[in-house]
Amino acid sequence: MTSASASLSARIAEIAGAKNVILDPAELAAYEIGGRAPWAAVRPESAEQIGEIVKFAAAGSLAIVPCGARTKLGMGMPPRQYDLALDMTRLDRVIAYDPGDMTLSVEPGIPLRRIESALVEHRQFLPLVVPFMDHATAGGTIASGVDSPLRQFYGTARDYVLGIEFVTGDGALAKSGGRVVKNVSGYDLHKLMIGALGTLGILTKINLRTFPLPAATRAFVVAFDAAAGAIALRHAIAGSALRPLVLEVASHGAAELTGTAPSSNSAWFLIASFAGTAEILERCSRDLHRMAEQSGAGAVEPIREERLFVASRRTCEFIPAALASSPGAAILKLSVLPANMLAILDATAKAADAGGLRWAALARGVGVIYIALLPPARSEEALARVARATTDIFAKCAALDGNATIPWCPSEWKSALPIWGPERGDLGPMRALKKVFDPRDVLAPGRFMGGI
Amino acid sequence: MALATIDPRLLRDLQKLLGRDAVLHKAEDLLLYEYDGSVEVARPNCIVFPRTAEDVVGIVRLAKQHNTPLVGRGAGTGLSGGAIARNGGIITSFARMNRILEVDAENQRARVQPGLVNADLSLAVEQLGLHFAPDPSSQKACTIGGNVSENSGGPHTLAYGVTTNHVLALEAVLPGGDLVHFGSAALDAPGYDLTGLFVGSEGTFGLVTEITVKLTRLPEATKTLLAIYESVDEATETVVEITARGITPAACEMMDGWTIRAVEDYVHAGFPTDAAAVLLIEVDGLREAAEYEAVEVADVCRLHKAREVRVARDARERDLLWKGRKNAFGAVGRLSPTYYTQDGVIPRTKLPATLRRVSEIGEKYGFSIGNIFHAGDGNLHPIILFDARDKRQFANAVAASDEIIQFCIEVGGSITGEHGVGMEKDRLMPLLFSEVDLDLMRRVRDVFNPLGLLNPAKVLPTAKGCGEIHVRPAAAMAGPVSP
Repeated sequence: MTSASASLSARIAEIAGAKNVILDPAELAAYEIGGRAPWAAVRPESAEQIGEIVKFAAAGSLAIVPCGARTKLGMGMPPRQYDLALDMTRLDRVIAYDPGDMTLSVEPGIPLRRIESALVEHRQFLPLVVPFMDHATAGGTIASGVDSPLRQFYGTARDYVLGIEFVTGDGALAKSGGRVVKNVSGYDLHKLMIGALGTLGILTKINLRTFPLPAATRAFVVAFDAAAGAIALRHAIAGSALRPLVLEVASHGAAELTGTAPSSNSAWFLIASFAGTAEILERCSRDLHRMAEQSGAGAVEPIREERLFVASRRTCEFIPAALASSPGAAILKLSVLPANMLAILDATAKAADAGGLRWAALARGVGVIYIALLPPARSEEALARVARATTDIFAKCAALDGNATIPWCPSEWKSALPIWGPERGDLGPMRALKKVFDPRDVLAPGRFMGGI
Repeated sequence: MALATIDPRLLRDLQKLLGRDAVLHKAEDLLLYEYDGSVEVARPNCIVFPRTAEDVVGIVRLAKQHNTPLVGRGAGTGLSGGAIARNGGIITSFARMNRILEVDAENQRARVQPGLVNADLSLAVEQLGLHFAPDPSSQKACTIGGNVSENSGGPHTLAYGVTTNHVLALEAVLPGGDLVHFGSAALDAPGYDLTGLFVGSEGTFGLVTEITVKLTRLPEATKTLLAIYESVDEATETVVEITARGITPAACEMMDGWTIRAVEDYVHAGFPTDAAAVLLIEVDGLREAAEYEAVEVADVCRLHKAREVRVARDARERDLLWKGRKNAFGAVGRLSPTYYTQDGVIPRTKLPATLRRVSEIGEKYGFSIGNIFHAGDGNLHPIILFDARDKRQFANAVAASDEIIQFCIEVGGSITGEHGVGMEKDRLMPLLFSEVDLDLMRRVRDVFNPLGLLNPAKVLPTAKGCGEIHVRPAAAMAGPVSP
């Protein structure tokens, strides 16, 4: 250790306590992003400590990346500079939970599983059933903006995050929103924090709306020979009176990866789940079977497991399963209008097959589609194939006025791939906002779109 | 108030840009635009009526060139002074940009101009089995552009969400003259959520010229119940217990005894005038779900000693039950020359304590205060009756209202649930937000509106210091449109 870094770590230890500063290279490996480890990791226990650390970092031109369970550090570009990992796992309390008001206030480092067990006592839950569910923290989930299969019914975090407190790049503690379910006082700065990958602020407190647990849920998997049939059934259900909790179309590969493929060897599946009383579920089942028949489906099979939300608990792990299935996995996120889902799935199949790439697709009924391109190796040759397929798929997506990004791929490929998609016209205001929240580029610099 | 005059060169430029019929500047015309649905008043210098986004770009450039404030306006039904030219200047009325540009039923999207009346969109897509879910009580008059600016709510937001949950993309003209596009018709536009930031910015970031919204499928079945109580506490506990049973009603509205009597006197909806509170609860969805939930809700109401539970058997009966709620503000308007509607929010379990406090505050200042609220989400609308011609009463009404808001904050609530901050509550913002929070918000606003020409002196307090109460200029207060 140089004397400069020794004095830096001494100051950090002064703020957070020596035992909460990690300098051992072996331990720091756990905080690597794109093969680069920070020179220290620190585990603060309060917003005040974080403010101090950020002020110190800003004064010394250091760059900080906040993290929780570290399951999503691979998202976005590797930061331009990475000195300090801010490990948020000691900020893991439920600050307030008011079941009668159906509101919850948590610190960001709390695992979603712990929130789940706190809420289930009162027959409530958060509709955040997200990738890496067994490890994911509230803060990482909000900051990364990952979505839940339950968005079909409950919407996304932007629909139920009520307010956020955060530390800005100046080290100031700020907030917006509040703790009540309806509130229009002040600007909704907290909406900017969702999916910002920690580039605008370090979350220190998140206020959420909770939801009543349904009496029961029932999930079905419907088999099809081709994507067209599954998408036709998606359209029929969306146009019906049914209000499914989950409505997804999975390629055979995606169904296998998520453990939703029934015994049949069909190429495509539609996964749907419903909530309510026995009578309501009976009606949903009846309507689903009728519509499935009309769309030329094969078998309609229930997922035989008693747990609530069984379908989403499985399909939420599509991305982790895909990443684990190939050393060079690239995950594309495409969003299109529902009417264009089939066109983009066809284009994906064509592009991936042409490049000889194994692939899997999971399409949420709302038009958000995850494509896993799964080359056998993490090699230059694999990159070339992935890049070609991505170019074709992104071009089709753009022609359909859709959005396309690559939330996950091997880090050394990122400079060669359009991670954040085509350049957007609203990048100017985004850059200006970054300057407002983090004028000295302390917070995960370069990780976001357009080098933000 | 000083007579507003307009720089003749600016007037000439505006007339040249838009045509003479699209610019109002005579004193008698300006008079009509000096107020909105709130208690505030300020005189603009002129009103312009653009027809296209290009017109709006031209207006914004002229305003900048002449260093003149600029305020957007829909129907002027807002309740916090958002559409009032507080510092004078140009009001841009979107009355002539009121078209539906596209309905995409298959994808449940619509593209509309900001001046479109909220209810007209739902009406236009009704035969397709769709509607635009945000339904402010002023929906027959208010515009979607105004809804976007204020992030408006309504009685059905408990289950369906407020405006921001239904807006996907915006086209807007920034005060610098740039035409920008945020979001996309497809979900999850990459990058920071500028659409989410823009909705609810109360017209201080830009003038919205086009809005892409989600359309929601109409429910297969709707059940409407009216439960009558002899105790407000029992009515409140009913609300908490309903959600504890896993039911999120589409709407859950409460009126207190005072309001019930005022309403019954006027509307004759059949409300018992000796009741302490009524709950109007609506559940919807699949036929089986609505029926099951209606039975459960009625059961909870009876468990909490509802004296009577009425279930509407058809659309006519449903309309009758809603008639009382929807005409409540009209009914109150008959009782007093002026009234002032608050918009505080509390955690809903604090309802009984809050109502007691509101009643104490009324007694302290000698006012009748009626209570109508969106009980499901704890959004209160206490109505203070007073005579604005009496300066002392006016000051007391403001003071009573501030005390109510102070209590809302003490129990963990907010100063506004759906009406906006505007020029009504900017001075109260420091009660909720620190100087750091407010400074950050100010700098975020400056990203879009650096010269402060667009809707100046709104949302954020202009002077430092907190909780200072000033008396607003005497105003012809009325309640043309209810919240």
